[in-house]
Amino acid sequence: MLIIDNLHVNIDGKPILKGISLKIAKGEIHAIMGPNGAGKSTLAKVLAGHPAYEVIEGSIQFEGKDILELEPDERAHLGIFMGFQYPVEISGVSNADFLKAALNAKRKAHELPLIEETAFQQLLDEKMKLMEIRSEFKERHLNDGFSGGEKKRNEILQMAVLEPQFAILDETDSGLDIDAMRVVARGMNLIMNPNMSMLLITHYQRLLEYIEPHYVHVLVDGKIAMTGNASLSLKLESEGYDWIRAGQLEETA
Amino acid sequence: MSSTEQFINPQPYKYDFVTDVEMDSLPKGINEETIHAIWQKKQEPDFMLDFRLKSYRTWLTMQEPTWANINYPPIDYQNICYYTAPKKKPKLNDLSEVDPAILATFERLGIPLDEQKRLSNVAVDLVFDSVSIGTTFHKKLEEAGVVLCSMTEALHRYPDLVKKYLGSVVPAGDNFFSALNSAVFSDGSFVYIPKGVKSPLELSTYFRINDKESGQFERTLIIAEEGSSVSYLEGCTAPAFDNNQLHAAVVELVALDRAEIKYSTVQNWYPGDRQTGVGGIYNFVTKRGRCQGAYSKISWTQVEVGAAITWKYPSCILQGDNSVGEFYSVALTHGKMQADTGTKMIHLGKNTRSTIVSKGISADKSHNSYRGAVIMAPRAENCRNYTQCDSMLVGNNCSANTFPCIEVGNSSNQVEHEASTSKLNEEQLFYLRARGLSLEDAISMIVNGFCKDVIRQLPLEFAKEVESLLTLKLENSVG
Repeated sequence: MLIIDNLHVNIDGKPILKGISLKIAKGEIHAIMGPNGAGKSTLAKVLAGHPAYEVIEGSIQFEGKDILELEPDERAHLGIFMGFQYPVEISGVSNADFLKAALNAKRKAHELPLIEETAFQQLLDEKMKLMEIRSEFKERHLNDGFSGGEKKRNEILQMAVLEPQFAILDETDSGLDIDAMRVVARGMNLIMNPNMSMLLITHYQRLLEYIEPHYVHVLVDGKIAMTGNASLSLKLESEGYDWIRAGQLEETA
Repeated sequence: MSSTEQFINPQPYKYDFVTDVEMDSLPKGINEETIHAIWQKKQEPDFMLDFRLKSYRTWLTMQEPTWANINYPPIDYQNICYYTAPKKKPKLNDLSEVDPAILATFERLGIPLDEQKRLSNVAVDLVFDSVSIGTTFHKKLEEAGVVLCSMTEALHRYPDLVKKYLGSVVPAGDNFFSALNSAVFSDGSFVYIPKGVKSPLELSTYFRINDKESGQFERTLIIAEEGSSVSYLEGCTAPAFDNNQLHAAVVELVALDRAEIKYSTVQNWYPGDRQTGVGGIYNFVTKRGRCQGAYSKISWTQVEVGAAITWKYPSCILQGDNSVGEFYSVALTHGKMQADTGTKMIHLGKNTRSTIVSKGISADKSHNSYRGAVIMAPRAENCRNYTQCDSMLVGNNCSANTFPCIEVGNSSNQVEHEASTSKLNEEQLFYLRARGLSLEDAISMIVNGFCKDVIRQLPLEFAKEVESLLTLKLENSVG
């Protein structure tokens, strides 16, 4: 589904990602862990098409198509979804109106008829129930005045409505208490299906107790330093990242 | 494209055309002779000569105001033509007698002159350079007893009403520009709503400056008698010229007991060249309403997206007890535009209430200031004001300022002021685009969300068009 090959990315001329290669097949869940500043969020934003990041080498293919030249909205129409670490606030725009506009933009791109108001309300009610989100959230302004946990839940709600093929979830678990985490993880599991893939970016092993990844990659200093299975996250939780860094140094030496 | 769409939809500035019509103009410059000549040409009642001359003499003693947060080279008032009008038959009975070139102009602008537009429920008075060209839907309004006509016509048909109210809300000596307007105004709209009548149509005036050298000084007077109500909308455009043109209008509203006036403006004058700032309209306008009667209400809604300079403070004098004043404003500046706009709410009566919602958007190298005053007189008890004043910046080279002034004369009053400044930033746009919205839709969503509280005050058929107008204006400034 997704093939990243030797990806080098700069921001303001400074190298952040230094040759990342990653293959994610349909139905797989991958987790990316790593210390602060390793480039995890950069990877997420580059996949979604953030304009501030400069790809200087390498390629990203999605379903056999090179997506590097595509605008963020074109990538979204292909079925790529990014759950933001810090969802932005937009006042004056209700959550429901925003979701409907997003859904219709996608449908329009696929030359499908726009969704009718009643059908949309039904869909939204159903997904909100799934995410355990109170219906008053429909009319609240997009992320405006939401708590950290509410914002993250809202991201997952958007994913539920938009039904992407590939989701990058950037630290969706950060800022959540244990109950909110359980709700969010349950939502993610409900959305996940054999035709979909996920890339979870996380600091902690906590989230992975609820969603078991097929692969765990450790990103250190702009490179994937190690890949393993779910048990790797447990080791990272107890021993930190230093032993991986040390290993890297040995290799280069 | 609907007519309202054509009216306000500029991409690029699509009103950039000049209509070739034979004009009757006075030589440039102003003196007492000019005033006489205007009065004579318009064959006005005697009291008007007195009104005009007094105003002119007052103007001579006044200084152009310098307190606003705007910069422009000195205006040479002797280099302006104070009267220019299409040559026409002495009296027009029907729109079909209007010069076809002018009608074609309004057609291009999408102004609904023809009767088939009756469905849109808008009656229009057209002011071309300085002279009112024609009013549509006379008949339907007449049946209801509503008067919508040019000021010139009103001076002939309703001289007593005009004499009673002209200058009663904005005295000639109120400020430099109102004095000039009072001396030389050549036309404008007059609206009279009789007791107990709800106007059956949205009333509308459309202003266009066509002549390169002329100033436009229109004068609008709306009188709403007891228990009546009216909604009035004005729109403005002008062709693109390299020189600056002066527009100094005065609008006066009078609402008697329980009367309601809703006055909406979509101002899209030529703003000057986006890069160099050359040309554009200087918009120095005095608008004020008097809530004279108890329980009366005056509501201003303005969408200011044009003009090189905007200097404008639609205000309410809340004289009647329990009267209500409202001001909803969107001011968008881009290129090198400068706007200094806001309102004054003057509470004189008891239990009066006012609401101010101001949204300023500045882009490129423009300057955008909100200036507001809330004044509650010592005898005005139990008054309330709520002010919300938000600025949005687009890019790093623009500026936004807020100059609020609050004077409260006694302790039974309640005043709230909220203000915010935000930036339309790359992260917001990216967020929306990552959800599948196009750049255009993303800008539209953010900007219209920001302006929502104001836009929803506009007459319905204009709200949608204003949304796309705001988006179009900003598209070149983002991304």
